[in-house]
Amino acid sequence: MAGSKEIRSKIKSVKNTQKITRAMEMVAASKMRKAQERMAATRPYSQKMRQVIHHLAFAHSEYKHPYLKHRETVKRVGYIIISSDRGLCGGLNNNEFKATLQHMKQWRDHAAEVEYCTIGRKALNFFKRLKGTIRAQTTQLGDAPSASAVIGPVKAMLDAYNNGEIDRLFMVFNEFVNTMTQSPRIDQLLPVVSIKEEDQLKHYWDYIYEPGAKEILDHLMMRYIESLVYQGLVENVACEMASRMVAMKSASDNAGELIGELQLSYNKARQAAITQEISEIVGGAAAI
Amino acid sequence: MAMTMHLDIVSAERSLFSGLAEMVVAPAALGEVGIYPQHTQMITTLKPGEVRIKKQGGEEESIYVSGGVLEVQPFVVTILSDTALRAQDLDEAAALQAKQAAEQALKDKTGDMEIAEAQAKFAQAVAQLQTIQRLRKKLK
Repeated sequence: MAGSKEIRSKIKSVKNTQKITRAMEMVAASKMRKAQERMAATRPYSQKMRQVIHHLAFAHSEYKHPYLKHRETVKRVGYIIISSDRGLCGGLNNNEFKATLQHMKQWRDHAAEVEYCTIGRKALNFFKRLKGTIRAQTTQLGDAPSASAVIGPVKAMLDAYNNGEIDRLFMVFNEFVNTMTQSPRIDQLLPVVSIKEEDQLKHYWDYIYEPGAKEILDHLMMRYIESLVYQGLVENVACEMASRMVAMKSASDNAGELIGELQLSYNKARQAAITQEISEIVGGAAAI
Repeated sequence: MAMTMHLDIVSAERSLFSGLAEMVVAPAALGEVGIYPQHTQMITTLKPGEVRIKKQGGEEESIYVSGGVLEVQPFVVTILSDTALRAQDLDEAAALQAKQAAEQALKDKTGDMEIAEAQAKFAQAVAQLQTIQRLRKKLK
């Protein structure tokens, strides 16, 4: 009976693991729903902002904001990399980092240096080991990050751009396609490409500006970049939760399979022991 | 019935107000402004303060904003609210903090974080070994 006892304790331990993974799956599912709601809630702000900037930037051709100017020579490239703080979410972060490295390689081939700003612990730990400087970082943002959390890191990168220390700024995050699919996405933040001159409308009116068009545009541009980064951050949280949910679901399923197999071998061992006992008794009875 | 305009107050995190309003009073940078429907197009920055809304039907509501931008069109008014108190030096401080955090993280290569990660990896390796041993036993 020694074998069956061992198997029984193993079944128990796998069952305990399964309980944990199942609980994590459910927690991730509920957090994902909340993160998705937050994702939707962040959209109106940047949409509205884009409209206003668009109007401002092209109604006033005498002032061209530095963020809208295209820089010809690119010596240094900055990346804002958004990752999760915690693991156990499948290949989410690794896929993202792989895509980032590929993207960086292209720039390195063009003799451009690379600088990072990492958001989240996983990105920090990964990019710390690589070449290139980490200009700024922030971790421990939690499942419901606040918009003020990105002000510092974004400002650090914007300053670097303003001073000419970097000539391009990209943001890397995971895009939430659906619950089953999340794909890494690299967006160019600076110079701003999401606001194009071509699709400008004919304006027959203009705003009254208080204090001045330039001040307001400066103010809005910074907020706009921040809101994009914040959106990326919130979307990444939704991805993290979705990915964790899927990973934990497959872990629970695997544990279930393992339990099934163990149960089978336990039953076999038990049956064998009983058969042996019976044959011993029969053998003993025959001997008398 | 009084004329109304559509008012949206949005912050980066969520929408704070969306609906019809008869009038809105906001703390603009150059002094408080009151906006009625059919106001001419205007954009102004806001100071931290209270936005008072007279909703359709006369009911009043007030929302605190910590700065932002007010955009006015004849029948659509939008307030892009900041989520936190913003000032040049506060922003600088936040940027500095993020930079220092990066420097700090680069300095302590064997910080708590690394140890925790190493422990997690060790636990994983042990679990993998156990699985392999179990599989071997089974195959025998």
